[in-house]
Amino acid sequence: MRLGFNFWLGAGLTALVIFAGVLAPWIAPFDPVLDADLMSSELPPDATFWFGTDAQGRDVYTRILFGAQISLTVGIVSQVINSIIGVTLGMTAGYWGGWWDDLVNGLTNVMLAIPSLIFALAVMAVLGPGLPSLLVALGLTNWSWTCRIARSSTLSLKSQGYVQAAQTLGYGDLRIMFTQILPNMMGPILVMATLGMGSAVLSEAALSFLGLGIQPPFPSWGSMLTDARQLIQLAPWVAIFPGLAIFLSVLGFNLLGDGLRDSLDPHMRTRSP
Amino acid sequence: MTPPLLQVDDLHVRFPISGGGLLGKGRRMLHAVNGISFSLAKGECLSIVGESGCGKSTTALSILGLQEPTEGTIRYRGQPLAGPGAPGRMQRAKAVQMVFQDPYASLNPRQSVRSSLAAPLRLHGVTAGSEIEGRIEAMLKNVGLTPEHATRYPHEFSGGQRQRIGIARALILEPEIVVLDEPVSALDVSIRAQIINLLLDLQEKLGLSYLMISHDLSVVEHMSDRVLVMYFGQIVEEGGWRAIFETPAHPYTRRLIAAIPDPNAALSPPAKEDRHTADRPQLAAHSFVSDGSRAPDVFTAPPSSKLVEIALNHKVRLAATLSD
Repeated sequence: MRLGFNFWLGAGLTALVIFAGVLAPWIAPFDPVLDADLMSSELPPDATFWFGTDAQGRDVYTRILFGAQISLTVGIVSQVINSIIGVTLGMTAGYWGGWWDDLVNGLTNVMLAIPSLIFALAVMAVLGPGLPSLLVALGLTNWSWTCRIARSSTLSLKSQGYVQAAQTLGYGDLRIMFTQILPNMMGPILVMATLGMGSAVLSEAALSFLGLGIQPPFPSWGSMLTDARQLIQLAPWVAIFPGLAIFLSVLGFNLLGDGLRDSLDPHMRTRSP
Repeated sequence: MTPPLLQVDDLHVRFPISGGGLLGKGRRMLHAVNGISFSLAKGECLSIVGESGCGKSTTALSILGLQEPTEGTIRYRGQPLAGPGAPGRMQRAKAVQMVFQDPYASLNPRQSVRSSLAAPLRLHGVTAGSEIEGRIEAMLKNVGLTPEHATRYPHEFSGGQRQRIGIARALILEPEIVVLDEPVSALDVSIRAQIINLLLDLQEKLGLSYLMISHDLSVVEHMSDRVLVMYFGQIVEEGGWRAIFETPAHPYTRRLIAAIPDPNAALSPPAKEDRHTADRPQLAAHSFVSDGSRAPDVFTAPPSSKLVEIALNHKVRLAATLSD
């Protein structure tokens, strides 16, 4: 399997985000919350404060490292929830068909018609701000494409001889779905999950920017941008670095997803020798 | 008298075709199988031949339990195999299995040979690891593979080897009836004879009964004891392979047989009388409901007609009015 430059760039950026998030407590030079010092507020980047300091005098570099934890948690957990919901609904709908298929299709269409960020906003408004409700909100609102892909993959895999063979060998429906169909559609599902991680990171930033996500003083890239709003002309680094972090991590997830799709899709393999 | 191994009586399968007005008004039915009756004896190879869409695969799917019949009964050793009182998938699995046409689509690419043979055994209550290993090993030897092949994945095999794995999977639960759906038509011509001979050996060794679906008449001629000729959901002719191939009576059967390429035709001078016209039972053309030259309407039930025995165990479908 040949993986292109984009895949490796995406994998590198994703690895960087994972590295930053996991190692933040050890590599961060300061504490993200407690090391506030109004005497050293809004300092430009220098040797001590690599990315400068914010209005409370906290180190922006430290806060970005810890913000990666939030972004990663949100990206991974919400995509796991999305994939489980989408695959379960899509696979059963494609396999059983009938009224269940109609119901799932209707539900998927409704979900696609509602802008997911607006829906997430509504869920957040009900559950209240904070990381757990953020995970639930983003986990419940983005499964429609995964569901569509799972359903169409199931429809095409269902007619394969080995699925019919499993039926004649006495396998039950659920066993057929989990041993014969699911392993053969993991490729596209994985790609969808990786691409979805990028959009989950963006949604988290947006919700936190609106004050519904991670609550201050804890750092999240989105809430850091909110804090930076008033300082954008005085201390642009307070806005630039969290923005760059969001941009690069989303780019990383998307390139990784694209690269995975190219390498898993046999139709895209024409260039390889 | 003991009931036959498999007895199919007046099997009908109709599919609703969506379309027409709102609320399902004017919904039409596609008549796929129209009153098929036959029986399969132990150790016999019965072939169903006919063109694509004649209902032969639908008949097979009904027997396998993958397609519910609209009417009619299917009995296995006197017990119903479809409809009310039918066994579940588990019991049915031990009676009937299938060998699929396309060896590339019929094996799960993510399962090794061992796991695709072990999983059904485990499902059917064989839990001892040594017994599973022993049965897999014996089955692989039976189909001409070696035990070392068990750890490999389908993409590591050729088409002929894959079909051997497909046969091993169909036989691992020791069924009595095996449905062969075009078992060699997807294979390389040079491999076909090997697989046909393997199937014939296994039939003899394990006492299997085959129900073969095919449109490859040369394979049918080689393997079958009896032949059913199907045309648009009905049996138009049935008989022993010799009767069908040497004295075909129905015009449709004759055309099928005439379409077999004859490798000797170009080498030898034309015979005075070819084998298909010799000793042909004398039946007037108008006594057949359809001679198969014009496609009937699949959305209506076929006109009444019946199978008439023209020689011992050789039946032909004739128009109802003429045969009385």
